[in-house]
Amino acid sequence: MGKRSSWVIPYFIFLVLFVVLPLVLIAVYAFQDSYGHFTLSNIFAFFTDPKIVNSFLVSMEVALENTLICLLIGYPVAYILADRDLNRSAVTAMLFILPMWINALMRTMATAEIFSWLGIHLGKGTLLFGMAYDYLPFMIYPIYNQLNKMDRSYIEAAQDLGATPSQVFRKVTLPLSMPGVVSGIMMVFMPTVSTFAISEILTNNTIQLFGSVIQEQFYNMMWNQGAALALVMLLLIGLTTLLPGGKNAAEQEGGLI
Amino acid sequence: MNPNEIIINIEHLSKSFNGKKVLDDINLYVKRGEFITLLGPSGCGKTTLLRQIAGFLQPDEGVITMDGKDISQVPPHKRKLNTVFQRYALFPHLDVYDNVAFGLKLAKVPEDEIAARVKKYLKLVSMSDYEDRDVNTLSGGQQQRIAIARALVNQPSVLLLDEPLSALDLKMRKDMQIELKEMHQKLGITFIYVTHDQEEALTLSDTVVVMNEGRIQQIGTPTDIYNEPRNEFVADFIGESNILNATMLCDRKVSFIGHDFDCVDEGFGENAPVDVVVRPEDIYIMKNLNGAQFTGTVKSCIFKGVHYEMFVNTDSGNELMIQDYNAFEVGSTVGMLIRPEDIQVMRKACTCNVFDGVMTSDETVEVFGVELECGAREGLSKGDEVSVEFDFDKVELLDNKEDGAEHGFVSFILYKGDRYHLTVTTDGGYKILVDTNEVWDKLDLVGISIRPEDLRISRTGKEE
Repeated sequence: MGKRSSWVIPYFIFLVLFVVLPLVLIAVYAFQDSYGHFTLSNIFAFFTDPKIVNSFLVSMEVALENTLICLLIGYPVAYILADRDLNRSAVTAMLFILPMWINALMRTMATAEIFSWLGIHLGKGTLLFGMAYDYLPFMIYPIYNQLNKMDRSYIEAAQDLGATPSQVFRKVTLPLSMPGVVSGIMMVFMPTVSTFAISEILTNNTIQLFGSVIQEQFYNMMWNQGAALALVMLLLIGLTTLLPGGKNAAEQEGGLI
Repeated sequence: MNPNEIIINIEHLSKSFNGKKVLDDINLYVKRGEFITLLGPSGCGKTTLLRQIAGFLQPDEGVITMDGKDISQVPPHKRKLNTVFQRYALFPHLDVYDNVAFGLKLAKVPEDEIAARVKKYLKLVSMSDYEDRDVNTLSGGQQQRIAIARALVNQPSVLLLDEPLSALDLKMRKDMQIELKEMHQKLGITFIYVTHDQEEALTLSDTVVVMNEGRIQQIGTPTDIYNEPRNEFVADFIGESNILNATMLCDRKVSFIGHDFDCVDEGFGENAPVDVVVRPEDIYIMKNLNGAQFTGTVKSCIFKGVHYEMFVNTDSGNELMIQDYNAFEVGSTVGMLIRPEDIQVMRKACTCNVFDGVMTSDETVEVFGVELECGAREGLSKGDEVSVEFDFDKVELLDNKEDGAEHGFVSFILYKGDRYHLTVTTDGGYKILVDTNEVWDKLDLVGISIRPEDLRISRTGKEE
């Protein structure tokens, strides 16, 4: 064994303590009742308790909607930012990332304040607005990155071969930016499924997302039930990375720097 | 000439980037079916010119016509020409077949005809059986072949090639040159080719367009360009050459390196200062001193494969490069001979530096953007518009660019047998020509100093 391999020890310890051990604990708790006996009832609750099923479906719906909104807004923004004729300065791209410098909770609370000041009723609309506001940079940046590093000569080659501007986009730019799109979708979709603070603040707790249910159970000392739901969610999110292109996107540098 | 023979005509084309002129009044016509090459060092504007023909850039001034129609404002996808890009630009998300079929699919060519044409053109570039390959797995040479097939499959009337072979290794480049030439002959399409490699240009082209600093220096056949370069730049850029200061004594008689030679050039006037170009292979070198026009001492002799390359100091103190199949011993005295038709006489662009200036006081003059001491001059006072002249060899170049009245960089170097002839571009963009014996490198930063007594000043402004 080389001398340098000893350098990995601190990282190994970190991984064991803060990644592997918590995961094992979650799995162990999920299959135990509050007396420490083995049970599957916590897992079954996910499929049978209408409140939990409902909140999970709402979460998925909100996450899908939010991802779609972010994609529809984010792609054109990324496209414009990456176009050297439309945007000549890197500062503009920076400005779109700037909100991320401020804590998401603070931004969300401020957004809620603005809504109540404007007299807008807090509900699903405000929730989607707040989520899109929070997660938009995560969509823009991977797509912008991907478009930005794309060789201009591909576009010129397509034009040269007779492609109109819209054909250039459909046949070259869009397919070549797909790794960034997939990466952006995952960066937005995964965290929105499990989010809870934003929905509490921006809907006044009228819409309960799956994350809130888990948080509530932990809050009420129902560790085993909470751990089971967290485990199920973890597996479901893990599944999304297996979607076509997901693995590919993770390998490409299209992701957030 | 029959106007139908001209496929592309370019008139008074100019283009600037950020205020810097990269193309300056380009006039050029391309004949149908011709292989024409734009040749020049990097930054000479050749690629910019090609990109304007392709439609990726719009000209600031001037027009480009194709088949008699103005295409200057036509977007690239509507132009009937195709480009082979320097770095191939094959679409990485498509396989070889889909890359080649890209243009045909856009043109809505029937599916079976696409298949037939893709097959035919892949065969033309010797890439049959590669249809299903991922383009990222191909070698540089293979990618280039696909790029050529992708352009040719659309059967354009003009094919543009932007340094297509520059990324390939020497052997591969030579093979591809021959194949390109064969393809051109077989297809009869007009090829417009951009390269910085003079050998490639001479090998491939029917017509060579030599460019430098945004201007066309010379247009001609490869033999014309090589044997009869029109100016110093072309002579220096194409092949090896001895460029020497000379005096045209009268028609068909020229004097250089201290001897008089017969030549075939006429019409330069009597006792006119000219430049002479002699190719190193055109100087006959022999041990026998009888019958030689002049003699010299061999300074160095290097084997170059086909020939030996020698530097010889002549009896008049000039240095000549000579190529010969025989080696001559270093230190030996040799005789040399140049035939009249091997001497190419060129008019000198100018014989001294001339600039317009203004007297800023009785003893200073402002010229090429700086103020120079010139001493008191009779009849000249502040505000007078003047013409300032100074000789090439009166300019002193200084190591430290902060010294001297102005500074700049060495932009062009020519060895003239007994001295270096430099072009120094000042910060203000003025070009000052300098003769010196000191060795400078291209892009060296230098200070420029001229002694007051070496300035010849005469009034040009209106008499008051």
